[in-house]
Amino acid sequence: MNGLIGNDELQQDGTEWELRLYIAGQSTRSAVAFANLKKICNKYLAGKYHLEVVDLLQNPQLSSEHQIIAIPTLVRQLPAPIRKIIGDLSNTEKTLVGLQLSPAKVSHE
Amino acid sequence: MSARLQKSPTGIHGLDTITGGGLPRGRPTLVAGGAGSGKTLLGMEFLIRGIQQYDEPGVFVSFEERATDLTENVASLGYDLTALIADKKLVIDQVQIDRDDIIETGEFNLDGLFIRLNAAIDAIGARRVVLDTIETLFAALTNMHIIRSELRRLFGWLKEKGVTAIVTGERGDGVLTRHGLEEYVSDCVIALDMRVTDQIATRRLRVVKYRGSSHGTNEYPFLIDEQGFTVLPITAIDLNYTVSSEVISTGIPKLDAMFAVNGHFRGGTVLVSGTAGSGKTSIAAHFADAACRRGERCIYFAFEEASDQIARNMQSIGIDLARWADKGLLHFQAFRPSSLGLEVHLSTMLKLIDDIKPQVAVLDPVSSFISAGTDLDARSMLMRLIDLLKSRQISALMTSLTSGGHAAEQSEAGISSLVDTWLMLRNLEQAGERTRTLSIIKSRGKKHSNQARELVLSERGVDLAEVFIGPDGGILTGSAREAQEAADRTAAAALVDEMARKEAAMQRKRKSVNARIAEMQADLAAEAGEIGVALGVQASVAADRAAARAAQALRRERAGEEVGQS
Repeated sequence: MNGLIGNDELQQDGTEWELRLYIAGQSTRSAVAFANLKKICNKYLAGKYHLEVVDLLQNPQLSSEHQIIAIPTLVRQLPAPIRKIIGDLSNTEKTLVGLQLSPAKVSHE
Repeated sequence: MSARLQKSPTGIHGLDTITGGGLPRGRPTLVAGGAGSGKTLLGMEFLIRGIQQYDEPGVFVSFEERATDLTENVASLGYDLTALIADKKLVIDQVQIDRDDIIETGEFNLDGLFIRLNAAIDAIGARRVVLDTIETLFAALTNMHIIRSELRRLFGWLKEKGVTAIVTGERGDGVLTRHGLEEYVSDCVIALDMRVTDQIATRRLRVVKYRGSSHGTNEYPFLIDEQGFTVLPITAIDLNYTVSSEVISTGIPKLDAMFAVNGHFRGGTVLVSGTAGSGKTSIAAHFADAACRRGERCIYFAFEEASDQIARNMQSIGIDLARWADKGLLHFQAFRPSSLGLEVHLSTMLKLIDDIKPQVAVLDPVSSFISAGTDLDARSMLMRLIDLLKSRQISALMTSLTSGGHAAEQSEAGISSLVDTWLMLRNLEQAGERTRTLSIIKSRGKKHSNQARELVLSERGVDLAEVFIGPDGGILTGSAREAQEAADRTAAAALVDEMARKEAAMQRKRKSVNARIAEMQADLAAEAGEIGVALGVQASVAADRAAARAAQALRRERAGEEVGQS
């Protein structure tokens, strides 16, 4: 898993994480996803992430940029490559795998 | 709003005829078909024609092809999508879903897609939408339950939005679409199909269902060419064409004379069938020649010979087709039917007919189409062609090659029911010689001769000769006919001689009779003379006797005493 090792190196370099959460209006599912994401970020990426929440109802034209079809969708823009996680992020383990933040690696660090 | 189902015309040639006016307005239609069956093009043409012909802007959401690829693909059909996009008449939105960089955790919905679609529709005020092909979602996402419920919601939403939509779906194994899209889109379902029979591919379209509307239920062949999507046949649904009672010549005066109207009706279709070498092409050449002589345009489709070859061969029977070609009245089009599918041929022929606008068409021979498809395909193609020719009042002559043997008439039945006049040419073999006969099997709407004629080819073209009925009831042709003709001539001459001879004999007899009459009259006269003389003598003798007797009596009275003396 080369990608994983590369990410570790980036993290050690203090790379900024740039995340974007796409939602549509103030639905409970969006709120759940936002809360779940906050939890994960605070635990694993404290101090080195930037999170932007995009409401597609207000900016529909933004949906094509990241090819968003499902709501909610979390996009990891940085570090590269781009990763997409769709759903309410209720499965923390899967979310971490999706972000390539495997718990084992992080705890080892 | 009326209770009648509103329809959105697709503008696609033929499809609107089959569906009775187009797709259901404001509702989604499912177009299902295998790979390469033309789904995407059908969708794209629906949008483009909607924009160009009905001023209805459209949105094309592509789940598979990139927008640039789509633009390039239809550019080859002569459509300029960039201009339409610049005019804000068309939006092409490519939805790219890559399974590899997507992870699903927990519940989600497809609001992102809805929002995108909604934004695109509202941006240009779209009335038409194509989703091509939404089934990609099933491959990209794993939660089938969510996808299914979201699709149901999507189609409901499209209806609410009031857009006329085409949703394409990949044909599944034994089912209409791989993921059962027909479950959600139930108003109108169209299936596209491409089948390869005997190495020739034919595309077909069928309206599987159309809720609330009648529709053509057959499988209709369609083709995709440089002018886009064409569903054939166009004209075969009804048989309403005007018919002419104008009579035109076949180019062979004696053949014209076999019909009570002295020719055949304009716009009619003549089938000339016969075995190899029975003179079909020669009759066809006369037909074309006659049209050009009338100053009409004629199109000659040659399926077995090159045009130059036909022109050269017809020179040998005194028909100069090349001069008509030079004058621009005769247009040759030679091609092999097996080179392409029947539908492509049909469309090529239709286009030529549209361009040239002929009054007369010759197809020589149509039987070769059977080699380019099944009997049924060829028949349905010819039927459409004949319908088209009739609807345009184009008089047509088609030849058909029949294989030898007794089944010849039977195999023709497929085509012959479509034509108005059917001439059958036969090769007769008798006394070591092959000759040709022509007979009229049928001729709609006009009386015709029931007698077979012998077809004679000479440097002056085709001529028809009366057929002789031989002593045993069989017909005599060729040398046998000539021999019979000679024999008849001899017999006639002999009869004349005989008459003359008898006449002379009669004269002689009359003379002799007259002579005898004269002789007898002379005898009679002589006899009568004799009798007269005799009577005269007798009378004088009697008078003498009476006088003598009287004198005697006187003498007795006078002298009784003178007895001793006497």
